[in-house]
Amino acid sequence: MTRQTKIVPSLREAIRQSCLRDGMTISFHHHLREGDRVLQTVLTECSVLGLKDLTVNASALMGCHRSILDFVRDGTVSGIECNFMHAQVGQEISRGALEREVVFRSHGGRPAAMVRGESHIDVAFIAASAADAAGNCNGKQGNAAFGSIGYAMPDAEHAQYVVVVTDQLFEYPLLDASISEESVDAVVVIDSIGDPERIMSGTTRVTRDPIGLLIAEQAAKAISASGLLRDGFSFQTGAGGTSLAVAQYLGEIMREQGIVGRFASGGITGLLVDLLREGLFETLLDVQCFDREAVLSIGGDARHGEISATRYASPAAKSSVVDRLDVVILGATEIDTDFNVNVHTDSNGVIMGGSGGHSDTAAGAKLSIIVAPLMRARLPLIVDRVGTISTPGEDIDLLVTQYGLACNPRRSELSSRLERAGLPVVSIHDLKAKAESITGIPARVIHRGRPVARVVSRDGMLLDTIAMIED
Amino acid sequence: MKRSYLFLPGNQPTMLQNGAVLPADVLIFDLEDSVAPAEKDAARELVSSALRSIDYGRRGLAVRINDIEKPYIKKDLEAVVTAGARSVMVPKVNSARTLHHVAVMLDLIEEEYGIEKGRTKVIALIETALGIEMVFEAATSTPRVEALALGGEDLCADLGCPRTKEGTELFYSRSRLLLAARAAGVDAVDTPFTDARDEEGCYADTVYARGLGFDGKLSISPHHLRPIHRAFTPTEEAVAFALEVVDAMERAKREGRGAVSLRGKMIDLPVLRQAERTLELARASGMFTAEMEGAPE
Repeated sequence: MTRQTKIVPSLREAIRQSCLRDGMTISFHHHLREGDRVLQTVLTECSVLGLKDLTVNASALMGCHRSILDFVRDGTVSGIECNFMHAQVGQEISRGALEREVVFRSHGGRPAAMVRGESHIDVAFIAASAADAAGNCNGKQGNAAFGSIGYAMPDAEHAQYVVVVTDQLFEYPLLDASISEESVDAVVVIDSIGDPERIMSGTTRVTRDPIGLLIAEQAAKAISASGLLRDGFSFQTGAGGTSLAVAQYLGEIMREQGIVGRFASGGITGLLVDLLREGLFETLLDVQCFDREAVLSIGGDARHGEISATRYASPAAKSSVVDRLDVVILGATEIDTDFNVNVHTDSNGVIMGGSGGHSDTAAGAKLSIIVAPLMRARLPLIVDRVGTISTPGEDIDLLVTQYGLACNPRRSELSSRLERAGLPVVSIHDLKAKAESITGIPARVIHRGRPVARVVSRDGMLLDTIAMIED
Repeated sequence: MKRSYLFLPGNQPTMLQNGAVLPADVLIFDLEDSVAPAEKDAARELVSSALRSIDYGRRGLAVRINDIEKPYIKKDLEAVVTAGARSVMVPKVNSARTLHHVAVMLDLIEEEYGIEKGRTKVIALIETALGIEMVFEAATSTPRVEALALGGEDLCADLGCPRTKEGTELFYSRSRLLLAARAAGVDAVDTPFTDARDEEGCYADTVYARGLGFDGKLSISPHHLRPIHRAFTPTEEAVAFALEVVDAMERAKREGRGAVSLRGKMIDLPVLRQAERTLELARASGMFTAEMEGAPE
């Protein structure tokens, strides 16, 4: 069919034209983070159309997506697949709001599952801040610019039907198209895709907490001592305050020693943009922008490149960025004495997060570092067995806390290097005992309810299940 | 080496716990200004319990007690001395009499609880015009005094001058306190820098104080520990020179001479003392590893 335009007058009409039926799967990306309005708008239309039993496959469900629970209650949605779930949604899911189990994947595992046919998407709804009438689109231009659209790229490639949802139409051809017209079926213009100011949700500033800073400084020293910090170095850090502080301290070391890194990757913040501009990194490989500075940079700096979730982390790709990473800095809700990490559930077993790129980067990077305080309020970080395995311990190399650094016993050479550099290396068992001497040993809450979610590894294997909690 | 003295509010358990990992040379648990009157008893219990149960490693431990004019003083001293505090900071020291009074109470407490007499030292906080005028008498009022510290905020209020970041208004007071400390043979500790977010400002302020001769600096924020230590870190050139001086003076000693020539300049005992101080700061700053010094730490 040859068409001059793919513009459809309304979202409802686009849904009709997509032939979406009961029981099918629709997909979304979360680049607008807490500012996203597209998921709710689409689900409202689906509900009005009387569609039932849809599965929502979203790269992440944020707090602003809690209205999905209303659509679960009215029967519009009966399945959820995602890589991260905010506690505001997770609490209800943990109480059994959904009959079917939620499927948790990682950012790399999600596109891999599409390739392997384990995850089929019928209709992808892709929020774009700029699009033309043929569906060429990106997140870099327009009033609601949010930067990289990397997590939606696999959806565009693999979904049966692709609807681009925008609030700002540009003349054809939109030259800097992140998603190209060749994969787009329809374009819908709505009043607003969301509030780009709210992509800055979560902690995207360097922590001021002195303990967080202490941990970050030790982590930066550990990277320096590891032997990996040299010209051509590659690095990734999350958006947590302590993780960002590691980047700041690392920048200081690189500046002092005249080291230039090849790339920093993953979710990008203004801090990493500053390091790029200063010449401490040659390039940024951006799958998601965490703040306004990153959005402005990706729109205007050729050294700041956009990558798809597939290129970022998919184990089914012929190669991916995470496999070239030297060092990744990650957080943890809990870690056990076998170095397994939980970022899915809290100490009561309630869903409050997800892997995101945690398990992907941990598997790929040469050195995977967990930075976390040894206690949070009265809860020790280290436990005998984590409530949920998000990332297997074999992929974690080092834990950095304010009371010392614990190396995975598999990495004895790393331990020797850190000790030679005068860093306080201790066993993870000693750290656990130290925390328990202060907090005592909390009793583990064990839930024996039916499974409400399963955590699938990036390779498609079952890692763990999450049980329903009883009030 | 006592370069940094960090105040921790005595009524905040998390901060008391964090003190065990923060890189301060001395921790000062505060029972005075940061604790409201209604919380004085709880803070005293908390600090006493922290001193007894938390391992603070090699950090010096001091407690700022309440003003001796207040009714808490005896309870404060008894609680913290018996819990193991080796130093008490006495605020608003205006005269030798203030410290004499504290020393007498410490004598009684140490005797009553079988603690070695004189174990508990005193840091005198000078923060009034009268305190500055009487500073040498205070420093020599009891052998328990180990340091004089300057409280610039209260002092400026007393002087009726604005407290500036540059601190020019404190020049005379700093110098007067430093002279008294040196004459009495005790340490001189500079006033805290009060903008917690301005680390570079704290660094510059500490460089200035170090230039005047101060041994350390009070700190109201953990964020200031790094800049304070950086300011007290000698340059590599200074360390190299200090090592040469020590070496040259050892040679002179072997040869039975009091002075020796180094790089065309005469080196004698005052230069040696400066060099030894530089090496002490270098060690505290982690510039030497045990291997470099040829001896285990």
